[in-house]
Amino acid sequence: MSSFSRTDTSVLGRWWWTVDRWALVALILLIGIGAILIMAASPGAAARMGLDPFHFARHQFVFLAPAIVVMLLASVMTPIGVRRTATIGFVVGLILLAATLLFGAELNGAKRWISVAGLTLQPSELIKPSFAVVAAWMFAEHKNNAAFPGHWVATLLFILVAGLLIFQPDIGMTFTVTAVWLVQLFLAGLSLLWIALGAAILVGAIAAAYLLLPHVASRVDRFLDPASGDTYQVDTSLDAFRNGGLLGRGPGEGVVKNLLPDAHTDFIFAVAGEELGVFACLAIVGLFAFIVLRGFSRVVREANLFVVLAVAGLLTQFGLQALINMGVTVRLLPTKGMTLPFVSYGGSSLLATALGMGMMLALTRRHVSHRGLLV
Amino acid sequence: MTDLALRSWRSGAKPDYFASRARGPVLSENRNRRPLETARTRLLVAGAVFALCFAVLGSRIIDLSLLGGADANRPTAHAPTATLTLARADIVDRNGTLLATNLPAPSLYVDPTMVLDAEEAADKLRAALPELDRDTIIQRATAGGRFVWIKRNLTPNQHYEINRLGLPGFGFVREERRVYPHGPLFAHALGFTGVDNHGLSGLEKAIDEALSDPTEARRAPVALSFDVRVQHALHDELSAAVADFRAKGAAGIVLDVDTGEVLAMVSLPDFDPNAPTLNTAAAHFNRASLGVYELGSTFKTFTTAMALDYGVVGLNDGYDATKPIRIAGYAIRDDHPKNRWLSVPEIFVYSSNIGAAKMAADVGTTRQRAFLDKLGMFAPIAIELPETGRPLTPKHWREINTLTVAFGHGIAVTPLHLIDGFATIVNGGIRRAPTLLKRDLDAPTDGTQVIRPETSAIMRRLLHLVVTDGTGKQAAVAGYLVGGKTGTAEKAVNGRYKNNALLSTFVAAFPMNAPRYAVLAMLDEPRGNESTFGFAGAGWTAAPVVGRVISRIAPLLGVEPVNEEIAPGRNDLVVHINGRSRQLASF
Repeated sequence: MSSFSRTDTSVLGRWWWTVDRWALVALILLIGIGAILIMAASPGAAARMGLDPFHFARHQFVFLAPAIVVMLLASVMTPIGVRRTATIGFVVGLILLAATLLFGAELNGAKRWISVAGLTLQPSELIKPSFAVVAAWMFAEHKNNAAFPGHWVATLLFILVAGLLIFQPDIGMTFTVTAVWLVQLFLAGLSLLWIALGAAILVGAIAAAYLLLPHVASRVDRFLDPASGDTYQVDTSLDAFRNGGLLGRGPGEGVVKNLLPDAHTDFIFAVAGEELGVFACLAIVGLFAFIVLRGFSRVVREANLFVVLAVAGLLTQFGLQALINMGVTVRLLPTKGMTLPFVSYGGSSLLATALGMGMMLALTRRHVSHRGLLV
Repeated sequence: MTDLALRSWRSGAKPDYFASRARGPVLSENRNRRPLETARTRLLVAGAVFALCFAVLGSRIIDLSLLGGADANRPTAHAPTATLTLARADIVDRNGTLLATNLPAPSLYVDPTMVLDAEEAADKLRAALPELDRDTIIQRATAGGRFVWIKRNLTPNQHYEINRLGLPGFGFVREERRVYPHGPLFAHALGFTGVDNHGLSGLEKAIDEALSDPTEARRAPVALSFDVRVQHALHDELSAAVADFRAKGAAGIVLDVDTGEVLAMVSLPDFDPNAPTLNTAAAHFNRASLGVYELGSTFKTFTTAMALDYGVVGLNDGYDATKPIRIAGYAIRDDHPKNRWLSVPEIFVYSSNIGAAKMAADVGTTRQRAFLDKLGMFAPIAIELPETGRPLTPKHWREINTLTVAFGHGIAVTPLHLIDGFATIVNGGIRRAPTLLKRDLDAPTDGTQVIRPETSAIMRRLLHLVVTDGTGKQAAVAGYLVGGKTGTAEKAVNGRYKNNALLSTFVAAFPMNAPRYAVLAMLDEPRGNESTFGFAGAGWTAAPVVGRVISRIAPLLGVEPVNEEIAPGRNDLVVHINGRSRQLASF
């Protein structure tokens, strides 16, 4: 690839010299680790559902190449192209989301999936990155032009998306979208007074929820005192890490994956802990941290508010999901159904994350700003 | 909102970065620098928070994997060894000695769908379980379905051996096996359980529901009235007597006369409830509670008590026993004929059939039946056993029946009936249902008054007289004031009495001044030997058994021996006989 000369001005050449190659390598590595782990976790989960042992691995592999292609294609886009793609994705996603509520297949008491042309899709996955970009645009636009009520539009869109997600219901996804919206609101310069007020309201709401809603109290109690209820998955997950130790039992040698119902999705990190050990787990955490923090550091010097907000939104969604998933697995956080980006099983999730990270790569490319300088 | 819509909204003179598209994909710089500065500062804050969170996550992973994650809230017993939960309550004796308990005994089954090679499995299995048939294993390992038993209740060693074979498709089900540490000692009383651990006989069957009750109460063992020491003494002496006299069988009971608690109950021959199928049906037959027998002269206890209680005779009355009674073609004779007038005490002590029959005749059929009914002789004993015999009584109670029942013929009851009625006669006249369960000492035991206490007092003296001067001398135990009654009955075989097939019974109580325990020994077809000069009657065979049992159990049960010469209250037991100057009994 280094055959591209600095002076190569073709699309690919420009891309190669401007894209964040380190982040790209980290993302590719993450996808590779995900592929290994899904192979390890697949047989146990498949056996429980009476499927062929590599059912999940095969399904995931089908999406692997398209996901990488989507990410690379997206990363070639210009910021404007990113914005358009996201806007189209957002509109399509909203329509699909509404259609899911009407025609979606119900699974475990929630309507999250819809069949389009023989493919089963989870529209909420598409909404996540699109919303981050669209909301960033609206916030930035408000700052560019005070007369345009972009922050209100963003808020309205947020309420619309959150409402549709809650109706599914998909609390985890709602939480992620909310976090993206809040972080962008924060970055877009929400006054400190409002932040303090919001924090106070948040604390009050949490306290009220704990005191008034019994199931919330039960969840929190179970987290604080594991002996008080069913913590089977988390306990088993913790055992996985203990079994794994420094170097792990070796790929495929884990036993906990056979006991964990969600070993291939929400608890895949535990499989990593058992089979690959501490070093690999720290490497995975390090990859996520590297991608997020490197993205942040690249946009700190960015002159365009839209780019700052969009990248921050995309990375927040990506990093927060990873943090929550891994935090639950090691019992730092109460159980919350959330997948590990690029690693957990799920085609829609894989493609959507690839799209989101592709857009992130596109936005963090060194580009000529208004002042004509490379930043 | 699309670009198009946005553009139409953005008409006007405002800086339009879409207008600069010709310059390439460059977005317009913000007019206002302040929001960008704020965003940058806050981006650092967000980045720092993210970095912190990732750092915490990383340290948690290290803590968890390498240090085990010292988690104070985590339950320590997270992988406990399976607690031993027993499905059936233990049984203990009155002092807490274990009589029946459970041991884990896993059972082997096969899931034929998972067997790889049935023949190989069968060959390997037979190394651990040689008693299994190879073809049977193969047949079961290739049967339809997903669960076929191979062998129930394995020993720990077998379990280990089979587990070690690592045969796919073969699994274990946790089960329990009832174990009786005392072996045959309590065979008939406890009974035994089947392969599913439910009672099939004895107490195990009678109180099966209580024993297998899945509530909290079952954790407590069930305490029986039995005393393992008394049971052993009785079992030992009876077994010795069966051997000595080459008897077909024997039965024995020790009963607390005041509470009705059965301290010991033995039926011989017996079996090992740990392996109940190894014995014949005869060994399973409970002679003490199920078998009904004509118990002979022991019934004179009831006849005499009845006549005295109804006031038909007094101690000074008597009957002419010179001639046999001839009635309905039968002749009632005495086994030890005195051929003279006999007083009531003499009739009892010398066991005169003629005298007893005449007493009963004077009482009359109606009152006799009412009396025996009150004593419980007509109904099965209500006790915690499924094996209780229903007495055989004359279908039409004619005068001859009145006469023969007076000396224990023509009526067949269980030994349990006899000792129950006997206890009533000696304990002051109160009948209480016998029980195999330990009684609560504080709870009042209700009973019905059958005879007056004064009658009971007289009967105690007469019974003591039998041991000091009459047919039961061999039951005497120095210091324990034994009183009892012999009964030697000829067994009816095919409707005819056989004089060489005897049923020798001795029923006694001690100490006779204030009886506490009743003891019964019954020998089925004992044969006389040299030590008995060929006699097989109750006085020679059953009475010594009772005497030896009492001499062994009285100290155990805390009955204080008395010096019979100077014992206070000795006059309680004096019997003056009419027309004679001498006392028949000095104590």
